[in-house]
Amino acid sequence: MVIAGSALFAHNARKVIRNIKLGKAANRSDRPQERWMTMLKVAFGQTKMAVRPVPFLLHLVVYLGFVIINLEVLEIVIDGVFGTHRIFADLGGFYSFLIGSFELLAAGVWLACAIFLIRRNLLKLKRFSGVEMKSWPKSDANYILITEILLMSAFLLMNAADAKLQALGVAHYQQAGAFPVSGLLQGLLPDSIDTLIFMERFCWWFHIVGIFGFLNYLPYSKHFHIMLAFPNTYFSNLKPKGEFTNMDSVTNEVKAMLDPSFVPAETAPGKFGAKDIQDLTWVNLLNAYTCTECGRCTSVCPANMTGKLLSPRKIMMDTRDRMEEVGKNIDKHGADHQDGKSLLDDYITREEIWACTSCNACTEACPVNIDPLGIIVELRRYAVMEESVAPASINAMLGNVENNGAPWKYSPADRFNWAEGN
Amino acid sequence: MEFKVPTMAELMAAGEEPEILFWVGCAGSYDERAQKITRDICKILHHVGLKYAVLGTEESCTGDPAKRAGNEFLFQMQAMTNIEVLNAYNIKKIVTGCPHCFNTIKNEYPGLGGTYEVIHHSQLIQDLINEGKLKAEGGESFKGKKITYHDPCYLGRGNGVYEAPRKALEVLDAQLVEMKRCKANGLCCGAGGAQMFKEPEKGNKDVNIERIEEALATEPQFIAAGCPFCMTMLNDGVKLKDKEQEVKVLDIAEITARANGL
Repeated sequence: MVIAGSALFAHNARKVIRNIKLGKAANRSDRPQERWMTMLKVAFGQTKMAVRPVPFLLHLVVYLGFVIINLEVLEIVIDGVFGTHRIFADLGGFYSFLIGSFELLAAGVWLACAIFLIRRNLLKLKRFSGVEMKSWPKSDANYILITEILLMSAFLLMNAADAKLQALGVAHYQQAGAFPVSGLLQGLLPDSIDTLIFMERFCWWFHIVGIFGFLNYLPYSKHFHIMLAFPNTYFSNLKPKGEFTNMDSVTNEVKAMLDPSFVPAETAPGKFGAKDIQDLTWVNLLNAYTCTECGRCTSVCPANMTGKLLSPRKIMMDTRDRMEEVGKNIDKHGADHQDGKSLLDDYITREEIWACTSCNACTEACPVNIDPLGIIVELRRYAVMEESVAPASINAMLGNVENNGAPWKYSPADRFNWAEGN
Repeated sequence: MEFKVPTMAELMAAGEEPEILFWVGCAGSYDERAQKITRDICKILHHVGLKYAVLGTEESCTGDPAKRAGNEFLFQMQAMTNIEVLNAYNIKKIVTGCPHCFNTIKNEYPGLGGTYEVIHHSQLIQDLINEGKLKAEGGESFKGKKITYHDPCYLGRGNGVYEAPRKALEVLDAQLVEMKRCKANGLCCGAGGAQMFKEPEKGNKDVNIERIEEALATEPQFIAAGCPFCMTMLNDGVKLKDKEQEVKVLDIAEITARANGL
């Protein structure tokens, strides 16, 4: 089962990597030291979560619980393969300390997930609603939380049954561990040794099968962030947020226009900007897979909070959905299949991309450094440079810059008139 | 103006070079309200005796609105033409009156062959205060007045400049109050990303109204700005809320000039 579970995950992970590689090249290998530091701080240290203290603390419990309780999974697997019981019990007092800590964390995770469920489904926080949070994204979140609650329940019940069996002196269940939480549950358990053994075994299997099931759920789910947050922050944008990329392909053409003797080194004619996911960079696509749909971006977006259609979270979810669709097309029909659809228009509308003020509130708010603005800009570039389609007032502004060197219709000869005033 | 604003062409003809070039920007050149800010920046430069110059009619749009709107061609045409002018004058240091010009020249020009030390006018004011060349005396007193500062996106989040404009206000001995959303969490005025030049998309509120409500909630006498576009949006907001008598929107440069009686 371990092998099958891991193999299936590897298979799906390869597909995700293939999909991300559908994107164009982007160099994010510079300044490695700074990149490691960013990953340590933002992903490992969760620094950007702290802005909102309540979810930060709850999330921290689940995060620590996940990382630390998984140490116990190692023992669970070894016990399973070799038929041992609590193989690390020889660690003595330290072992008791470990198991005790795991239990406290498990109870914390259980409670945090329950609060998360309440926040989503009963308190109906605005951040978890919105046009993009219907059907699958909504149930995905609930499935994750319920699964975590079940896994933690199984873990605690297993310990409770085990502790009771140990207390009863049943063979194979030698004394080991400390049970600060499951000890409280023992009273609720039946006294029959057979039933207890069944419970202990059942929970053990449930926990281990659950973990491998959950692992394979990740690539289909927003919960993939627990892995991708690390590479995503490593490859995040280290430049000032206000800086947009200069397009080299345009530089060559503009240079050739200004200086006829200029011969560009190489010309690979491609699209300007992005119409579909293949026109985005692999970083944009990695961003899309990393997004866990928390909605911090959308909740701080000036366009969204004033009722416009734009939602940065939807930009990321659309990108991921389209990427999955293109990936499935490749699986079914081969790499060159065209389905006549595209990210722009079939997923993201013009109204959305033109509502952006490029204020960077979304990129600042993202706890894992996702950049929705980068995608919006590429879509605008496609609309303006490939199609010449933009709101009329934008076209007028562009015409003015081209003709008068200012976004308004003023004569360049009047540019210095301000010095006459008082 | 009581003095003549020197141009690069004149300085070059006289065989001189300025310490700093003042990049005025389109809004600062043409927009009536922003022209006042431009003149106040010149008054400050003149007052402290810094050798400066402007490009005058040789200046052109940095290309920022074209780039944010997705027209990279037009942006690079503008950028390369400007870089040619700046490099021909051997410019080393630039102060801008606008965070958008500041961001574009500072971050996006180097890749196209234009590398300069670029500062925003609030940073210049902070430097002058730190060097003891600029104080808050001889003019209007802001002592005890309630001022709230609105972070322009391209100065704050865009380039991490949060302290300079606040330092420029601190010398006034005024009462500085922060809005709920400030610094890295600051809320946009609604004009960035080429929004200044178009009607907003369909929604239930304008962004500048959302912002001005937050600003007014601090009950300020002055709202301090650092960007000509924010200035327009905030002013419109104050007008719409019918608060023109109680609240004045002023640029950091204007406040500094007033405090020094310039």
